[in-house]
Amino acid sequence: MALLPPEEGWYFKRVAKDEKMWITIALVVCLVLFFWMIVWHVYGKQNPSFTTYRTTPQEFNALTQAFIQKYKIGEEKGIPIVEPPPNSDVFLLGKMWAWEPILVLKKGQEYRFHISSLDLLHGFSLQPVNMNFMVYPGYDYVLTFRPTSAGEFYIVCNEFCGIGHHMMIGKIIVKE
Amino acid sequence: MFRTCDITGLKVDLRAEKLIQLNAVMAVVSLLIGVIAALLLVLTRWQVVHLLPVEWYYRVLTLHGLNALIFWIVFFEIAGLYFGSTIVLNSRMSSPKFGWLALILMVLGFLLVNFTILSGNADVLMTSYAPLQAHPLYYLGVILFAVGALTGVFLFFANLLIARKERTYGDSLPLFTFGLVAAAIIATLTLATGAIIYIPTLLWSLGIIKTMDAGVYKLVWWGLGHSSQQINVTAMIAVWYLGAFLTVGGTSINEKVSRFAFVFYVIGINVASAHHLLVDPGPSPAWKVFNTSYIMYIAVLASMIHAFAVPSAIESAQRRRGYTKGLFDWLKNAPWGNPAFSAVLLSIIIFGFIGGVTGVVNGMEQTNIIVHNTLSIPGHFKGTVVGGTTLAFMGATYYLIPLVFRKKIAFFGLAKIQPWLFGIGIAVLAVSMYILGAFGVPRRHYDITFSGGPFTYTFNPAVDFFWVLFALGGLLAVVGALAWILIVVISVFFGSPVKGPQDMQLQLASPPPPAKENHGFEAPGTLTLTLLFMGVFLIFLLLNWGWLSAMWEVR
Ligand SMILES: [Cu+2]
Repeated sequence: MALLPPEEGWYFKRVAKDEKMWITIALVVCLVLFFWMIVWHVYGKQNPSFTTYRTTPQEFNALTQAFIQKYKIGEEKGIPIVEPPPNSDVFLLGKMWAWEPILVLKKGQEYRFHISSLDLLHGFSLQPVNMNFMVYPGYDYVLTFRPTSAGEFYIVCNEFCGIGHHMMIGKIIVKE
Repeated sequence: MFRTCDITGLKVDLRAEKLIQLNAVMAVVSLLIGVIAALLLVLTRWQVVHLLPVEWYYRVLTLHGLNALIFWIVFFEIAGLYFGSTIVLNSRMSSPKFGWLALILMVLGFLLVNFTILSGNADVLMTSYAPLQAHPLYYLGVILFAVGALTGVFLFFANLLIARKERTYGDSLPLFTFGLVAAAIIATLTLATGAIIYIPTLLWSLGIIKTMDAGVYKLVWWGLGHSSQQINVTAMIAVWYLGAFLTVGGTSINEKVSRFAFVFYVIGINVASAHHLLVDPGPSPAWKVFNTSYIMYIAVLASMIHAFAVPSAIESAQRRRGYTKGLFDWLKNAPWGNPAFSAVLLSIIIFGFIGGVTGVVNGMEQTNIIVHNTLSIPGHFKGTVVGGTTLAFMGATYYLIPLVFRKKIAFFGLAKIQPWLFGIGIAVLAVSMYILGAFGVPRRHYDITFSGGPFTYTFNPAVDFFWVLFALGGLLAVVGALAWILIVVISVFFGSPVKGPQDMQLQLASPPPPAKENHGFEAPGTLTLTLLFMGVFLIFLLLNWGWLSAMWEVR
C-alpha cells in the first residue's frame, strides 16, 4: 500500500499470471532490442563511426585549407566549392557561423569525411536526408559517407553556437 | 511541535510542514517563470508570429530550461522528500535548521541563475556546453542550488533513520516512501556529478583553469543532466502509486514486483545518460551500445513493470468494488471528477505512449542518427518530464493543498478540467514536435528560414501543418499550467480553511473489500492496454529502423 506498510507476507506472495506474462514479454523485447543494435553493426549500413583523432583548431584548419587548395573548382558567395575524387579524405570544418567548404560528390561513391570545429560545439545535420552528428573542437570525427541519392543537400547547424547560429548553413552537391 | 491530522490520522511535524510549504511555494514560482518563458518561445518558434528578437530567444530558452526542468521539479521533489519521510511515516524532521539552510542555498542559487540569465550574462542554454561560457556567478548559482538540494536529500535519509529507530511505522517502508528512497539515491549520485562538472567549469570561467575539454565536459555533464531526469521519473512513479492509493484505494497486486522495479531504476539508470553521446566523436560503439542498451533496458524494463503495476492496482481495487463487467468497466467507473485521478492516468498514458516509445528510439545507437538535436528531442521530453512528471505532481497537489496547507481548493470546477487542458495540450505539443524533428527541424534554433545565411533551405511543406499543431498544443498547455498556478495560489493564500474531513472536496478512498481467491487474470483490462502499448511501440520502432535503412550509408 502506497501510504501504509505492506501487508504481512507481501514478500512471499505469488506473482499474478498476467503480471508474469507482461514482464516476460517486456524482458524479451528489451533483449531483442539490445542484440539488434549489435546485429546492425554487422549487417546494417548506417552506423555512427568510431574513428576519431585528437586535433587542434589550428591543425584542422591547416588541413582543411590544404584540401581546399588541392581540389577547388570554384566559389559561391565567397565559399570555396571543392570536388574531391571518390574514396578520398574530405575535410569539413564548422565555425561560427559557417561550414567550409561546399562539397561536390558523386552518388554511390565513398568519402572519408573529417569533421571538426574551430570554436564551439556545432551540429552536423544533413537535410533532407536528416542524418545528425555532433561536431567538436579538438576532435576530428571521421565518418565514411556513401551518398545514395543525388541532388542538393544542406548542412544545418543544430547545436547552439551563439547569436548567428540560425545563419549557419552549408551545402553538399551530389552528382549522378 | 506536532499536530494530528483529523483527516488522515497522521502525526504532522509542524517544522517539517513549514519547510514543505516553502519548498512547494518556490516550486510554483519557478514553474510560473518557466511557463511564461514557454509562451514566449512557442510564439517565437512558430514562424508566423516569430515574436522575440534573436538574443532574447536564446536567453528565454535558457530561462525556460532552468526553471521548468530544474527549479520547479527539484523544489517540488524536496518538498515531497520531506513529506514522505516525516508525515507519511508519522515521524519528525531530523534537523529543521539544516532544512532552512538547504532552502536558503537553493533560493540563492535560483536567484543567481535567474539574475545572470536575465541580465544577459548566461546565454548558454541549459546544457552550457563548454567552450561556450557564462558569467562565473551563473555556475556559482547552479552549484549553490545543487549543494542545497543535496543537503535536502541527506536530511531525507536522516529522517528515515530516525523514523526507523523510533519505530514510527511497521517493519517495511510504505511503497511511496520506498520509491522516494530510490529517487533520493539517484539524486545523490546525480548531484555529486553536478558538483564534479560545475566546479572546474566555475574555475575555468574565472580564468583559473585554462582549458575545458568539450568531450569530457559533455560526458560528465550528462551524468547530471540525464540522471536528474531519472530522479523525476522515479519520483513521478512514487506519485503514481500514491495517486492510485488515495483516489481508489489501489495497491500493487504484488508489492514485491513494484519494489524490485524501483531497485532496477537505481541499478540501471545512471549510465543511461550515454544516450546523449550516441553520435559524438568520442566514445566507441561498444561503450555506446553497452551503456544504452544493456544498462538502459534494465530501466526500460522497470518502467514497463510500473506501467503495468499502477493501472493494475487501480483495476484490481475497482474490481473488488464490484466493477467487474467486461474489460473496462473498472475504468469507466473510475473517479474521473477527481483531478488527482485524471492527472495520474493522463500522466501514465502520455509518459508511456509518447515519452517511453520515443525514448527508446532516441536511446538506440543507430536510430539516434535520425533524431539527435532535432526538435524530436524536446518533443520526447515534453512527453516524459512535462506530460509525465509535471502532470503527476500537479495532480498530487490537489491532495497536498487540503492536507498540508489546510485550505480548500479554489475554483474546484476548473480544477476538474485542469489536468485535461494541460495533458491534452502537452500531448499535442509533444507529438507535433517529434514529427517536426523527424522532418529535420532543429531544436534550439531561432529562424528555420535561415535568414541572413548564405543559403536557404525549405523543409518539407508538411511541416507547416505541424507548426500550427505545435502552436495550438503549446498554447493549450500554457493555459492548463496557468490554470493550475491560479488554483494553487488562490487556494493557498486566499482559500477558505479546511477544518475537518467534511471540508475535503476530494475523496480519500477507503480500502476496497479483500479479493476473493483468484487463479485467473488479476487485471485483464490492464493487460489488454499494455499489450496495445507494446504493439504501438513495436510498430514505431520498425518504422524508424526502416527509415534509417533508407538513408545515406555511413560508417
Ligand atoms: Cu554552429
